[in-house]
This record gives sequence, C-alpha cells and structure tokens, in this order.
Amino acid sequence: MTEMTYRDALRAGLREEMLRDNRVFLLGEDIGRNWGGAFSVTKGLAEEFGDDRVRDTPISENTIVGAAVGAAITGLLPVAEIMFGDLIALAMDQVCNQAAKMRYMFGGQTSVPLVVRTVFGGGKNIASHHSQSLEAWFMHTPGLKVAVPAFASDVKGLIKAAIRDPNPVMFFEHKLVYDKKEEVPDGDYVIPLGEAKVRREGTDVTVWGTFMMVHKALAVAQELAKEGISVEVIDPRTLVPLDKKTLIDSVKKTGRLVLVTEETKTGATTAEVAAVVQEEAFDWLDAPIKRVNAPDTPVPFAPSLENRFIPDEKRITEAIREVLK
Amino acid sequence: MTDKSILVDLYTRTLKIRLFEEKVWELFGQNLVPGTLHLYLGQEAVAAGVTAALSQSDLIQSTHRGHGHVIAKGADMSAALAELLGKRTGSCKGKGGSMHITQFDVGVLGATGVVASGLPIAVGAALSCQMRKTNQVVACFFGDGASNNGTFGESLNMSAIWRLPVIWVVENNLYAMGTPIKLMCPSLTIAQRADGYCIPNVVVDGMNALAVYEAAVVAVDRARRGEGPTLIECQTYRMKGHSRFDAAKYRPKEEADYWLSKDAVETIKKIAVEQAALSEKEADKIRKTLQKEVDAAAEFAIKSEQPQPDEVFDDVYAEVS
Ligand SMILES: Cc1ncc(C[n+]2csc(CCOP(=O)(O)OP(=O)(O)O)c2C)c(N)n1
Repeated sequence: MTEMTYRDALRAGLREEMLRDNRVFLLGEDIGRNWGGAFSVTKGLAEEFGDDRVRDTPISENTIVGAAVGAAITGLLPVAEIMFGDLIALAMDQVCNQAAKMRYMFGGQTSVPLVVRTVFGGGKNIASHHSQSLEAWFMHTPGLKVAVPAFASDVKGLIKAAIRDPNPVMFFEHKLVYDKKEEVPDGDYVIPLGEAKVRREGTDVTVWGTFMMVHKALAVAQELAKEGISVEVIDPRTLVPLDKKTLIDSVKKTGRLVLVTEETKTGATTAEVAAVVQEEAFDWLDAPIKRVNAPDTPVPFAPSLENRFIPDEKRITEAIREVLK
Repeated sequence: MTDKSILVDLYTRTLKIRLFEEKVWELFGQNLVPGTLHLYLGQEAVAAGVTAALSQSDLIQSTHRGHGHVIAKGADMSAALAELLGKRTGSCKGKGGSMHITQFDVGVLGATGVVASGLPIAVGAALSCQMRKTNQVVACFFGDGASNNGTFGESLNMSAIWRLPVIWVVENNLYAMGTPIKLMCPSLTIAQRADGYCIPNVVVDGMNALAVYEAAVVAVDRARRGEGPTLIECQTYRMKGHSRFDAAKYRPKEEADYWLSKDAVETIKKIAVEQAALSEKEADKIRKTLQKEVDAAAEFAIKSEQPQPDEVFDDVYAEVS
C-alpha cells in the first residue's frame, strides 16, 4: 500500500496497462508532453511512451471518439480523453450511435474495446459549460459500460478493468476527487466492473451515491454516529453494470434508503436506482426513498449559486433524518 | 493499354453489384424487404473501381448506401441478401439490415445510418494500420451530402496531420435526398474542399470503373508509401430515387437522361471489349454465372428463417474473458 492521490493512482493504472500491452494508447486534446492533460492525469506519459502512444489531437471531439472506435475494431486498445465532460455532447454520435451499437447492429461480428475518459462535476466556479454531471445519458444507452470511481483506492483497479474490457467503457472522473489521497494497493490488480463497495457499514439507513457525494455521505455518517445513528454508505463504483445485489441486501438490512448524486434531479441515475429498489425490495422499505440531487437548472457560476446547486452535507443530513422519522 | 485481367475484374465487379441490386429491387417489389432501402444502382463503377485497387486485406468503411461497397469488397451474397430480408442467416444476424450491411471478415468495418459518421472511424482504422505497421489501406466512402457534416473537416484534418493511409471517396451523385448539390456547396467540386487540408484530390468520372480504378491506384500507392490521404470525388448518379418510395421526380428530365445514358456496366464492358480484354461471348458467360450466384443467394435468403424473438437479447455486450 502506498498513499497517493486519485490523480496519481489513475496515472499509475494507465501507465501499467501501457507497459503490459503495447496495443494500449491514449488520445485526446493536450494530453501530451506540453501539458499532460487539463487535469495533469497523463503528465509524463508522453515522455515515457512517445508521442504516438500519447497522442495529442486537434479539438475534434466527435472524431477523437470515432478514431478510437476505428482503432478499437482493428486491433488496438484506445483510451480517448474528452477534456471536459460537457464537451462529450459533441461526441454523442460516436459514443451512442457507433461505439455502443456496433457489436449488436453487426450481429456480434465485432466488439469495441475502448475507454472514453472524461471529467464531470462542479465546485470550481466554471459555470455551465464545464461543470455538469451527465452519467445518466450513458446509463440509458445499452452497449456501454459506465464507471464512476470516487476513491484513489478504486480508480487504479477500475481503469485496468476498463482497458481490459472488450466493450466500450465510459470512465467518468470528478474534478474535486483528483487531489483526494488514500492508501492504494501496490502492483497489478483489477477491480471488476459491476461490484459496489460498502464504504461504511451501518444498520439504520443506507446512503447510495457517487463521486463527491460518497465523500460527503461518509462525513455525514461520522457526524450522525455521534448521535447513535448508524449509516451504511454504498459507492456503486460502476453504474453499468449496476451492482443491484449489494444495494438490495443493504436496503433489506436497514429498511431505509437515501440516494444522492450531483446530477440534476429529473431523469438522474438516482431515479433509476429508486425504481430498481421499488421493484425488487419494496416489501423491505420502512419509509419512502429519498433523493438528494442538484436542482433542475444549468450549473451556475457565482459561488453562492453553485453552493446552492451542489448537494451539501446539510441536505444529505436532512434527508437521512427525514427517512428515519 | 490496360492490363486485360483488370478490365475483366472491373466488368465483373460492376456487373455483380448491378445484378445483386436488381435482385434486391425485385425482392423489394415482392414485399420481402422490411424497412427502407437505399439502392446503389447506377453508382456501381465507384465501388468496383475502388475495391479493385485494394488488396484483400485492405479495409473499407461504408455508408447508408452500402450494398455495392460490401459486395464489391467480396461479401457473401447469400448472407447479404439474408440480412436485407431480416433473416438470422444474415451477415448481421438480422440486427442491421440495409443501412448496416457489413461483413468484417472481408474487410468491411461497418456501414452506418448516420450520414458522415464513418469518416472518424476510418481515421481510427487507418491510424491503427499505421501504428501496427500492417501496410493496410482504408477506403472510406461517403456522399456529397456527407461532406457538409462537421466530421468531414475533422477527419480530413486528422488524416492529413498524421499522414494516414486512408482514401476519401466522395460519391457525388448530385443529390442528398432531394437537395441538389449546387444549393448546398459553394464550390464547383467537393474535391476542392480537400485543398484546405493539403490533401491531394482529383475529380473522376464515376460512371467509368476504369477511371475510378486508375485514380484509386494512385491513391493506394501514395497511402502505402506513407505519404498520407487522397480524396477522390467520383461524379455519378443513382438510377433510382433516394430510398424506398422516392420516384426522384425532382430531377430534371434532361439531366436524368444524360446521366442514365452513361450506364456503368455498359461503359466498362465497352472499354473491355474495345481493348480486346473481353469478347461479347465471354461477357455473356460472366453475366450468366453471376446471375446464377445471385439467384441462388436469393433462394437461400428467402428460405432462411427470421431470428427467434429472444435473440433480441444477444450481442449487446462482449463477454469479459
Ligand atoms: C446525420 C444524418 N442526417 C440526416 C440523415 C437522413 N439522411 C439519410 S441519407 C441523407 C442524404 C445523404 O446524402 P449523401 O451523403 O449525398 O448520400 P447519398 O444518399 O446521395 O448516397 C439524409 C439527409 C441521416 N441519416 N444522418
């Protein structure tokens, strides 16, 4: 185990996969030696692996992903980076019409082993074009897998699984988790996609959430423990496949569920998860499921507004108290 | 004088697409083809000329009007027809149909229902050939309409900066659905647009398989030498309307008469006969052989079963090993 940031753990995972298999290469805007990625994730990799395998591209999001698709179906293992998650809107055709559907539409003649990395989330006061959380768009698209690692201890094993997976994997990061430090296992290990992690065990209420909301839920759980309230916190780590079992088992134990993500509320992943629990564990629920999300607005700029937009510890605490009533 | 075997090859490829498409039209008339269709009839010389310049291991990327491309590249006609009829024996097991007709094992990387979405994929395939040093070339077909989409500029640019072994093949049939090219493109040719990306480009008679072939050979050689992409604009015309129920009434009669008189099959046959590569008798023999193949393929397709309903679940994800 070594203590390191999420950013460094992610880079270590990418680097190890590039060393392990020379079919792995990275492409994206400003990921190479002059910059090392807008969030410094790929810093140093171009120097080590060369400009061919850490390939700076023009600002052409749809063609970056499309090129990754073309490379993937002809024998390479591309990892495409979209600088900001909001900009993936420009690549939706290649992600959702091509990468996601190719295997199915061609009757299993090919598979598309690519990873698209991008970063979501607010908290940096950079407003509507650089702050959204769009996980649900991709969870709604059959053919894609969706990873949402929130912790340094998970991100390395998950990026390895994503690169080794024969399907297109949308690999989402969050701006505010890059600097978070944790003990990370050393060496080559893979965390299978589709296995949630119980981040904290508890008996009174289950909180399921992603990215910064897991970190916030853990802080809340620690506070509430002082009052004798026992909160179980589940980090799904991937949305597709969704680990329903860990969630349902937890709900069966606690009887209460709070869902919390930074997405705008309508049609968020929390809506899907609430429906799953309603279908599969209704009889175990002792209270209605509570959702905590951002309001249905674009992400605002001013700190006072953005702080109101992003769910905070206070709102999570209130939701927990409400389902415990 | 052109190599005689090439002329026979070009005639055979052109005619094969023609007979295949006539059969599709016939089956369509019998209501055996679900959904819609974009026939390649009329444009045969383009696919024939380009694929004849490629070797078997080279790759192509196709479009919504893809039947001709895949047949010319060597796809199995039975599996192709079965796919058009929505049968489980189809090359895509009945999941793709006309717009997605594709056979990977003969080097077809996909046909796409999204206009211009094949260009980025061709960039990636060519990049992969370059990085893996396979010496393969990728030919990417698209229409005049597609050249107005953003991926055209993105993809040409990327192919040029990385000197990718890709051939951009514009099939300029003068229309995007009912929209005439001259209302949508300010320049006289599509080929001119490639100048902005420093990509060598040429306009050829897309009704003449030999002319297409000769341009494609130059482009393939350039690509294999590592000198990067070429754009070939093939000026051609579709015999039928855009899709299923389009009678193409918007096309002026004089224009249609002119283009339809430049028949792709007759053109290459005339050249082959004139250059003594082919006698009328041999041409006839080739036609009879191909017609038999097409008829047998149709019989196979008609007799095949539709997929079982629960096959809807198959092939969404590949198994993790
Ligand atoms: C991105 C996109 N926009 C619109 C359509 C609907 N559409 C299908 S074919 C077509 C015209 C395409 O024209 P062109 O690229 O010239 O090809 P052609 O049909 O002439 O072979 C249109 C608009 C589509 N399939 N994809």
